[in-house]
Amino acid sequence: MDAAGTLAEVLKGEGPRVLATLARTIGDLAVAEDALSEATITALDAWPETGIPDNPRAWLAVVARRKALDLLRRESARPAKETAAFRWGTGAAPDQIEEAIEAMEPESSLRDDMLRLIFTCCHPALSREAQVALSLRTLARLEVPAIARAFLVPEATMAKRLVRARSKIATARIPYAIPSDTELPGRLAAVLAVAYLVATEAHAPTGGDAVARVDLEAEAIRLARLLAGLMPDEPEALSLLALLLLTSARTSARTDADGNPVTLAGQDRTRWNRAAIAEGSAWLSEAVARSGGVAGPYQIQAHLAAAHSTAPSWQETDWDRIVGLYDLLGSITANPVVALNRAVAVTERDGPEAGLAALKTIAGLEYSHLWHAALADNLRRLGHTSEAAGELHTAVTLAPSEVEQRLLQGRLRTVRSELG
Amino acid sequence: MALYVALCYYDRDQPWDGVPDKELTPEYTEFARRATEAGVMRGGEALHPVTMSTTITVSGGKGGDVLLTDGPYAEAKEVLGGYFLLEVADLDEAVAWAAQIPAAWRGKIELRPIAPVHG
Repeated sequence: MDAAGTLAEVLKGEGPRVLATLARTIGDLAVAEDALSEATITALDAWPETGIPDNPRAWLAVVARRKALDLLRRESARPAKETAAFRWGTGAAPDQIEEAIEAMEPESSLRDDMLRLIFTCCHPALSREAQVALSLRTLARLEVPAIARAFLVPEATMAKRLVRARSKIATARIPYAIPSDTELPGRLAAVLAVAYLVATEAHAPTGGDAVARVDLEAEAIRLARLLAGLMPDEPEALSLLALLLLTSARTSARTDADGNPVTLAGQDRTRWNRAAIAEGSAWLSEAVARSGGVAGPYQIQAHLAAAHSTAPSWQETDWDRIVGLYDLLGSITANPVVALNRAVAVTERDGPEAGLAALKTIAGLEYSHLWHAALADNLRRLGHTSEAAGELHTAVTLAPSEVEQRLLQGRLRTVRSELG
Repeated sequence: MALYVALCYYDRDQPWDGVPDKELTPEYTEFARRATEAGVMRGGEALHPVTMSTTITVSGGKGGDVLLTDGPYAEAKEVLGGYFLLEVADLDEAVAWAAQIPAAWRGKIELRPIAPVHG
């Protein structure tokens, strides 16, 4: 990594930590965000000259605190009407906040502060869209234009979404707190869902012509790593990290030399990232050890990803195990897409007739290109070539992205050529 | 501390036209008693059904003609049936109280923070 890259990594890694404690101390996330942004600019200015300080977090914390105090003083000089109506805590005056900042303990409660920050950004009173935007800005330190690009919305829209989310945190008084034990399971699920959603968008972009977004995938893994590190006793947090690592191991093999998508069956498995598979598998074992025999949905999905990652080829995959894992997943989440993936595995295990029968029992996927493509695959294997072509044609018209359209069109051409 | 209003919405077609609902009232009384004891309750009222509403518009700006319409402003499937004013520390506390109001399971509750009015 070059010097600029290292510098950016340090700022991304330390930024949220500095922010988490500062937000609690001054009781205002928006001011803390602005202060950190200014401190980051100062660092980007100074560090290339001076080199990265020995303790970059302490450096950033000191500068951010100073900037925060400036911002608060400026704010208190304005008429009361314009200042934020609410601060977490008791609505301390700037000089009290100044004392609190002077007395700021450096590291002791960092973990709790990070958890407060995460649970605030993913509070269920915020829309999922807002949670994702806040998490990418606040926890992953992505700039607004990058977040806007990731979700294909105009920059102004994304900026507005973030302003609205921060303003709701302040006005509706979303607390800067770790949920109680009774609330924790539901709240944790919301936090993990945000990282999962970022990964899904990276894995199957809803627009554009890329097969996957490697940059966004890295951010999803960064988030998952942060969550697993902060909540090492939560098996689902560890499982999510395992799942994302195992899935990311295949990303480079999902595109051929011409930029066309390659499905799992056709991938060159020597191109899979062995280090990511090993790390993902290790996290999965850790999650299993901590889950007391009860596998959550992320753990089951991680097992599925691991079963594929460790198979020598598509044909030599343990389809029986995969069908079993989908059965388990289907029993805890009634999701037609899970049933679809199960049916694909049934085809490989028991043949196209059984696969076709399994597909036809699934309701609610009439508008899914994947369902029609799977039907086509089974029909073709059974020799019903013209029906297969019909299903593929439907799949092409339903495909949500150019990439998938191209993939299905390729298949349709092959099937039509078989028709002669 | 902060003030929130918990707006209680009901299905328009629910048989609450016959208020006071004999079954509902004790549930509300019980909630109000607990919220008062906890020092959270800052007020609250039940409303008559929307069939009793009158909607008012002053046309052409201040001082213009007063127009009356029989019925609610918005023809919605769900209608406001009452409200509580709650004083708590933050949104999580407000949610915990609002979840105990019968409207939360008989209909829906919308929590809105009260905006301070500057003189």
